[in-house]
Amino acid sequence: MGCLVRVKDLPKYALKDWEVGKVKEIISKYKNDKNSVIPVLREIQQSIGFLPIDVQRMVADKLKVPEKDIYGVVTFYSFFSMVPKGKYDIRVCMGTACYVKGGGKILSKIKKELGIEPGQTTRNRKYSLQINRCLGACGIAPVVVVNDKILQKVNPKKIMDIIYSYD
Amino acid sequence: MTIKTKKINGKELEEIKARNIKGNTLDGKVKKYKVTVHLGTCGIASGADEIKKQVEKEIKEKELKNIIFTTSGCVGFCSREPMLTIKEPDNKMITYYDLDEEKVSVIFKEHLIGGKIAESLNPINSSSELVSFYKYQVSRVLHNRGEINSFRIEDYIAKDGYKALIKALDKSPQEVIEIVKESGLRGRGGAGFPTGIKWEFCKNAKSKTSLKYVVCNGDEGDPGAFMDRNLLESDPHSILEGILIAAYAIGAKKGYIYVRAEYPLAIKTLENAIKQAKGYGLIGEDILDSGFSFDLSIFQGAGAFVCGEETALLKSIESKRGMPVPKPPFPANEGLYGLPTLINNVETFSNVAQIILKGANWFNSMGTDKSKGTKIFALTGAVNNVGLVEVPMGMTLREIIFKVGGGIKENKKFKAVQIGGPSGGCIPEEYLDTPIDYEKVQEVGAIMGSGGMIVLDEDTCMVDFARFFMDFIQDESCGQCVPCRIGTKRMLEILTRITEGNGEEGDIEKLEELGKMIKETSLCGLGKTAPNPVLSTIKYFRKDYEEHIETHKSCKALHRKAKIKKV
Repeated sequence: MGCLVRVKDLPKYALKDWEVGKVKEIISKYKNDKNSVIPVLREIQQSIGFLPIDVQRMVADKLKVPEKDIYGVVTFYSFFSMVPKGKYDIRVCMGTACYVKGGGKILSKIKKELGIEPGQTTRNRKYSLQINRCLGACGIAPVVVVNDKILQKVNPKKIMDIIYSYD
Repeated sequence: MTIKTKKINGKELEEIKARNIKGNTLDGKVKKYKVTVHLGTCGIASGADEIKKQVEKEIKEKELKNIIFTTSGCVGFCSREPMLTIKEPDNKMITYYDLDEEKVSVIFKEHLIGGKIAESLNPINSSSELVSFYKYQVSRVLHNRGEINSFRIEDYIAKDGYKALIKALDKSPQEVIEIVKESGLRGRGGAGFPTGIKWEFCKNAKSKTSLKYVVCNGDEGDPGAFMDRNLLESDPHSILEGILIAAYAIGAKKGYIYVRAEYPLAIKTLENAIKQAKGYGLIGEDILDSGFSFDLSIFQGAGAFVCGEETALLKSIESKRGMPVPKPPFPANEGLYGLPTLINNVETFSNVAQIILKGANWFNSMGTDKSKGTKIFALTGAVNNVGLVEVPMGMTLREIIFKVGGGIKENKKFKAVQIGGPSGGCIPEEYLDTPIDYEKVQEVGAIMGSGGMIVLDEDTCMVDFARFFMDFIQDESCGQCVPCRIGTKRMLEILTRITEGNGEEGDIEKLEELGKMIKETSLCGLGKTAPNPVLSTIKYFRKDYEEHIETHKSCKALHRKAKIKKV
C-alpha cells in the first residue's frame, strides 16, 4: 500500500508564499473539521501538486489531528504524493486489460526515456510518472493519462512523441 | 448547465414527464430527428468531443431546424467509439460508429439532410452484423443507456424516473423491504448477499443517536471492470433514486456515494445530478411532501483498492487509512462513525427503482433459482466486441463470449476467461457452459465479483497472468495482517521466479500451500480471495506452470509473453 518514504530521503523543498497561502485558505474552508482530512489533503494536492511534511504539519495543527495520522493517510493513498508532481503528470494504466495489451511495455519505455521510476518526478519538474490501477477504460486499452487527457490504444513506439508534443 | 430550484410534487413530476416524453421532444419542442453523441470516458478518449463540436457546427452552418441535438453517456460498445445515434421520427434508432470527420459529413449529407440512412457506413440497425452485440442482451439496469442526457434530470423523469420513489413513499418502509426481499435481488458488488435482508437488518438495528447512514460503494477497483463507472456516467439518477428508496426503507437521514478518484467524469456527472435532484427537492427536506428527509453527498476516494472492502471504505469516509476491520459487527449494526450503515454497490442501487416500479415478480421472472434478474459485465480482452453487456442471469459464459462478444479476435483459440478480478479465477474451455449464477460460478473456482470479464486467447501464459494479479494484490494489501502482507509477497516471488525461468521443483506445491493458508487466515475479503487467480490457474492450467519449471525457460523464451502483448 502506498510507498514508504523515509522523510530524510525526501528532497528539501521550501514552500513558496503563495503555496502557504493556498494551503491555509483550503484548510479554513473546511472549518477545521477533523473528519475532513482526506478532502482537505486532496484539495491541497490538486492545488499545489504535493503534500510535503511542512504542509502535513499545517493540516495537523489546524484540524487538531496528530501529525502521524496525517502522514499515515498521505502514505496510504496513491493519489497523495510527498514529491512535487511534474508539469505533465503521466499515469500509465496497469489494469488487466491494459496489461494484457502491452501496458508494461509502455511503462518501461517511459521509464527508460525519462530516467525516472513510478512515483518520481524529473529534475526539471516537467514530468512525473505514476502507475494507475485501472481507469475502467478497458475498451480502449492500453491507456495512458497525461494530466486530464486520456490517450487510447497507445503504441509504445509513439508514446514519447505524444508526450513531448505537449510541451 | 442551469439548475432549476423549485421544489416539486408528484403532479409536477408528471408534467415534466409529459413535456419530454413524445418522440423527439425536448422541453416541449418537437423535431424530426434527435441526434445523440455518446460522451462516456471511452468515447471522449476516442475523440467524441471533436465529433460533438463538428455536429454542432454542421447543424448551425447548414441551418438545420428539424434536429434536436443532445449528448448521453456511453452505449456500451467501447471498441467502436466514437458513436452517435439518430432517433428517427418513428422512434427507430440508427447508430453510427468508428466516427471521424468524414463520416460525420456523410451522415449529414445522406441521413439528416437527404433523409436516407447512410448505408455505406454500415450503421447498427436491425439488419447489421454488429447488432448481435445487442441482440442477446437485455436492457434492464441499462435501459436508459444512450437515450438520456445524463446531465438532464428531465430526461430521466421522462423515462419514468423518480416514479418509483413516489410509489415507495406511499408504502410503509417494511412494505418496501418486503418487495425487495421477494424480488430476490442480491448484492451486485460480488458477494451476492440478499439485498432485502441486508435492508431489514439495518432497519431493525438500534442506533445510539437515532442516525443511520446509507452508503453507495462506487469504489470499483477491480482492474478490468467498468460497470459502475458506466452507470454513474450514463444514468446517475437511477442510482440516486435507488439510494433514496433504501434510505426511506431503513430510516436513514444521510448518505454518501463513495466514488474512486480515477473516475473524474463520473464524479462530475454525479455532482450535477445531485444538484439537480436537490433543485427539485428530490433530495433534501420533506421530499415530495412525504415528510421524509434525506441528504446525500459524494465522497471521493484517493486511490486504494482495499477501500472497495466495505469496512475499509467506511474508515476512508471517516478520513482514516482504509484498513478493514473484522466482522462482526457488520456495518448494518456498527458502520460509519459506529452507527448502523447500509452499504450497497452502485449496480445494486440501480436495480431498485425498477423493482419498486414493476414489481418483484417482474424482476424475478428472469434468472436462475437463486440468482435473479440480470448482471452487467465489462467484457474485455481478446474478444471481437469489447464493451459493457447486460445479460440475464443463467446465460452461459459461452453465449456471452461467442454470441455477445462475437468470438475470439483474429480467429484464435479460446484459452480461459477470467472473472471476478483479483478475487476471482480463470475458467477454462471445459466449463464454458457454466451459467451465470452466484453459486455455479463459485463451483468452478471463480467468483461472480463485480463483473469484470477478461477473455484470454491461446497465446496467454497463465503463470504470467496469475503473476499480474498477485503483483496487484501484493501492492494493494493494506498490510495489517501477516498472511496477506507477507504471504502474497512470497507467492509473488515464486511466480516471478517461475516466469523468469528460474522455477524450482516443488514451487507449485508451495504456491498451493501458501494460497490455502492465506485464504483461511486473512482478515478481510481482499486477503481471503487473493490466492484465487493463482489457485484456479494451477488447477486448470498446471501444464503452463510445469512447462516453465521443467524447461527453465522464461515467458519470453517460451514465446508467449511477446505474443500476449499483441492480443
